[in-house]
Amino acid sequence: MPIQYYIYLALTLFSIGIIGVLIRRNAIIVFMCIELMLNSVNLLLVAFSKMHHAAALVTDKATSVGIDGQLFVFFIMVVAAAEVSVGLAIIVMMYRNTHSVDVNFLNRLKN
Amino acid sequence: MGITAILFWFLTALALVSALMVLLSKNPVHSVLWLIAVFFAISGHYILLNAQFLAIVNLIVYAGAIMVLFLFVIMLMNLNKETEPKKNWMMKIAGAVSGGCLLMVLVSLVKQATEMNGKIALTKEGNIGLIENLGKALFSDFVVPFEISSVLFLSAMVGAVVIGKK
Repeated sequence: MPIQYYIYLALTLFSIGIIGVLIRRNAIIVFMCIELMLNSVNLLLVAFSKMHHAAALVTDKATSVGIDGQLFVFFIMVVAAAEVSVGLAIIVMMYRNTHSVDVNFLNRLKN
Repeated sequence: MGITAILFWFLTALALVSALMVLLSKNPVHSVLWLIAVFFAISGHYILLNAQFLAIVNLIVYAGAIMVLFLFVIMLMNLNKETEPKKNWMMKIAGAVSGGCLLMVLVSLVKQATEMNGKIALTKEGNIGLIENLGKALFSDFVVPFEISSVLFLSAMVGAVVIGKK
């Protein structure tokens, strides 16, 4: 597959995530759109790692070029899992205080 | 058109339609289910790129753990009905237009990048995505970030409990 197809797919998914963050007001759906953006970047990293691997395979059959891209994806998943657990705890705490997850009501840090 | 191309376009269409439905569905539970469909499509792309370890981890961590967490929070808050108030149409249109502008700028940038021409992402071949090779790299070259991420997990766990306990 040409690398451009993967780039366009990842860009479109990323833009859908950004539009979701901008137009939705439910904090949980905003959070899910952030996950969507993280996943599009992961897909792009894997595609680029396979692109560099394909270029290096021509000269060396046993090369492991591109393996660090896939490990970056693994670490991004780790960080995303930690982020989700803390973020959902914050959303639950705000819901307990204000009985709403509308981000327009959550625009002040006080109270 | 080979089987790889057919699978690629099918998974791409599935990912894009499901991602759009995440935004457009009114019910947050439906959004979560569509997002799980997006994650399955992206896992299919990983398998197509022969990144088997990442495909399985994506399914287990994202579609399994994170989405169940989202579902539990939504059900805990009883948000499974239309709770969003009527929103400002101008703001929605402005958000969609600005996101579309960003997409247009990025796509035109990629179109101009001539060094991408002719490069292919290797599908079905290459063994860097197998568990054996990734495990060797993870526990030799990347062992320090691996241990630091375990500390990060521990602190995230403590943070979630402290925030949730109040």
